[in-house]
Amino acid sequence: MTWTGWLLALLQTTLFVACAPLLAIWIKRNKCFWQNRRAPRYVQPYRDLIKLFRKQVVLAENASPLFRMAPYIVFAATIVAAATVPLVATELPTTAIADMLVLIGFLALARFFLALAGMDIGTAFGGMGASREVSLASLAEPALLMVVFTIAMSVQSTNLSNAMTHLLESGLVLRPSLLFALLGLLLVAVAETGRVPVDNPATHLELTMLHEAMILEYSGRHLALMEWAAQLKLMIFGVLIANIFFPWGIATEFTAAALATGLAAVAVKLALLGAILAIAETALAKMRLFQVPQFLNLAFLLALLGALTHIILEAGT
Amino acid sequence: MALNLAFAAVMASLLSAAVSLGAHRRIVVLRALAFPLLGLAGATAAVAGLITLSSGAVFTDTLPIGLPWLHWQVRLDPLSALFLIIIGIVTFAVALFGPGYLREYEHGDHPLVQLGVFTGLFITGMLLVVLADDAFMFMIAWEVMSLSSYFLVVFHHEQAANRRAGFLYLLMAHVGGLMILLGYGVLATFGDGFAFASMRVAELSPLWASVAFALGFIGFGMKAGLVPLHAWLPEAHPVAPSHISALMSGVMLKVAVYGFIRMSLDLIGDVHWGWGVTALLVGSVSALLGVLYALQQNDLKRLLAYSSIENIGVIFIGLGLAMVFMGSGHPKLGVMALVAALFHAFNHALFKSLLFLGAGAVIQRSHEQNLERMGGLLTRLPYTGVFFLIGVISISSLPPFNGFASEWLIFQAALQAGTLDNGVLRILIPFTAAMLALTGALVVVCFVKAYGIAFLGQPRSRRVRHARQVTWGMRSAQGLLAVACLLTGVLPTTVVNLILQIPTQLLGTGLPSVTAHGWLWLTPVSPEVASYSAPLVLLGLLLAWFLAWQLLHPRGPRSIRRGDPWDCGFGPLSSRMQYTGTAFAQPLRRIFAPVWKVEERIERQTEADGLRVIRLSHQQQIIDHSWAALYEPIGRWVMLVARRVTRLQQGNIRIYLAYSFFTLLLLLWLIS
Repeated sequence: MTWTGWLLALLQTTLFVACAPLLAIWIKRNKCFWQNRRAPRYVQPYRDLIKLFRKQVVLAENASPLFRMAPYIVFAATIVAAATVPLVATELPTTAIADMLVLIGFLALARFFLALAGMDIGTAFGGMGASREVSLASLAEPALLMVVFTIAMSVQSTNLSNAMTHLLESGLVLRPSLLFALLGLLLVAVAETGRVPVDNPATHLELTMLHEAMILEYSGRHLALMEWAAQLKLMIFGVLIANIFFPWGIATEFTAAALATGLAAVAVKLALLGAILAIAETALAKMRLFQVPQFLNLAFLLALLGALTHIILEAGT
Repeated sequence: MALNLAFAAVMASLLSAAVSLGAHRRIVVLRALAFPLLGLAGATAAVAGLITLSSGAVFTDTLPIGLPWLHWQVRLDPLSALFLIIIGIVTFAVALFGPGYLREYEHGDHPLVQLGVFTGLFITGMLLVVLADDAFMFMIAWEVMSLSSYFLVVFHHEQAANRRAGFLYLLMAHVGGLMILLGYGVLATFGDGFAFASMRVAELSPLWASVAFALGFIGFGMKAGLVPLHAWLPEAHPVAPSHISALMSGVMLKVAVYGFIRMSLDLIGDVHWGWGVTALLVGSVSALLGVLYALQQNDLKRLLAYSSIENIGVIFIGLGLAMVFMGSGHPKLGVMALVAALFHAFNHALFKSLLFLGAGAVIQRSHEQNLERMGGLLTRLPYTGVFFLIGVISISSLPPFNGFASEWLIFQAALQAGTLDNGVLRILIPFTAAMLALTGALVVVCFVKAYGIAFLGQPRSRRVRHARQVTWGMRSAQGLLAVACLLTGVLPTTVVNLILQIPTQLLGTGLPSVTAHGWLWLTPVSPEVASYSAPLVLLGLLLAWFLAWQLLHPRGPRSIRRGDPWDCGFGPLSSRMQYTGTAFAQPLRRIFAPVWKVEERIERQTEADGLRVIRLSHQQQIIDHSWAALYEPIGRWVMLVARRVTRLQQGNIRIYLAYSFFTLLLLLWLIS
């Protein structure tokens, strides 16, 4: 049991890491469809990664060792974060290592090194990107934690796997608190993964970038790791939304049929979420930097409302 | 045995103070005698604490000094033991760091005798505070600690600002000391005597218990630097020599926390949940404001001092939660929050001392305190850079370091708010937890700024460019604390198991569930509710890193080429083009604008035609609101009263005789 558990956890993490670029290209293709553009093929992000891994790294002369280590730390922290999120099956041993709070910690660790790497070369863009990224993330974090609190109070656990099974067992009950939490988490996810309207992943206009500004000095395999980590982070948030709020289909036992259902279910859920994100990104424009705090305040308020409705309406039931 | 070791530690630090008397212009006395003795004191104190904490025993003794009817009572229980360990470890690190650091003062007219004597007395005072078992000895030790640290604060007394900071410190320490004395007075009245043993059994009415709690909270809170009584802290801590700053921020604030815990949980006993709410709210405000102020500081040591206020706030959030749970009949959850708070206190002592020592190394080598003139120090001071990074990761509470483990426990305690019956508390506690999350995220911003500006990028001044390595002693002191940060972070179960002895002895309630599943797992309530395994997290991170390195890293001589950074196609970049610390903090300054009083002045000089700007200067000052809101009104009020009182002073002998006459008359009337 435990060995199959660990093996499955390893396989699931590998799947997670391998599929992250696929989700990114799915969203991109959907966006292309809505914007009447010709779409790249599904293998394109993999080709990009392979190309980057093969390329020679051009490193700034004054880059410190931290600059070269950072991509590996960011990538490793994001992988470990992904390993703790149930993708296909719950009850895997990796989810016990770290709960939702630790998951937030992993993402913060990755962001911390990303921001430091941005400041290492000493260009204005890096500093600007780092400053904006950590400032906005500091507003997103309380909202994210409030969402976690709402979920944790509903299911009386911060363990992701337990939360999902608990919600699965309680069946289709309308919980207003979770509805608010979902809305809050959607807004936070958009901000955390750097999508429109907070940041534009496709932009290369220096003054408007957040994420891209920090990794401007990276090239070759370092850039590949950073890009891959960003895609992975997007997938993590997608899976969180899909599997916490719509846990149906996820495998609760380790049989081939259950696992196949779980895989199919999560694929469909992610595809739907990606399609919605693509529509939203097409319909919305990027907002000004100093409007983002209001956006994140809204997310916090929604999550707070979720917690309050739980305490007022649902506690004790 | 343990108590004798503790006495040995006190003796060694006293001896260190005594030998420093011979250090006049002979720095070698300090280096070869005073600091090794301090190191000995630290090591024995830590060992004494460890023995007591691991056995969970209580040792008591009576010393043949003190008042005729009250000899000094000494007691070493698990609570004092934890704080002995804190004092011991940091003192030991400081003793390693000090000799190298003092090289800066070898030449010139620095009061080295004072430095040695008062450092020894300062540590003696702190050791005696945690050992004291009667209010009389406690207050004497407390005053020794406060007074000797005053002389350390004014070490650089040639600058007027430092003298002012020292005076403010002395004033606040004494107002706080007075409050504590009054609090003990209340307890002694009901408990019939100044010994802690009789205070413990005293039966207080709820009103008087609350009065004693309030006095203790204000007195100890003032020393710990809780908002709004904090204004002295960022003035006083940074101006002392850096190893003293480490002791003050890392240890002395913890001694105040110790006093608060001793008074409220041990001596007063019956905890009311309302006290917990007070501590929780004040703690939350301190944490949030502390980090917001820290964020806007450009002086490295001031930034660290403000961040101490934030961490004290976090500790008080934990203590407040503990009191709320204990006061509403959930002793197990109370113990969990208390353990989290104590764990955080321990962690803060480690990483804040580490950061202050790192700042000391930087300042000694670059003679710059201002972040805006630093940069690129990681390649110039690689050891300090790496150790400082460990401190920064720990204080930012990122997994798997120690700051994260303790904050995680506080969050877990807060998450159990649903079990409370009071609806307001059920809402309030998650909200304070969200504030704690905001604080934690802002700490990341603050320290990304501090580290990124100081240690990364390019040097912004000539002296920083030529900074060299510090001595091995200074490096090993930082290394010791950095390793301690990593170890306590990766093995939180071991530390938590030790800390659990404190509530077991103090309150009679343990929490076996937290480490019930072996050393790998931290499970505060039960493994179903939440679990965290720091060793496996570290293993996972290393494994992922190793795999990424092995599988994705191409081999070959031409895999890396060095080139210029991207300069948008205009000439080379200079260090002045980097983002500054002020600029880095600008987005948050705008978002949280009402928190600060910002005075900003922009001067723009243009050519005669008014088109081309030839000179542009920007001045900005961030002022703490507490000055205008609290300190200045009190200062004005005191001056006003003083002026009124001077009317009594006529300078005429007959009037003074009349005063004496009427006073005597009044006293006679009172007696009869």
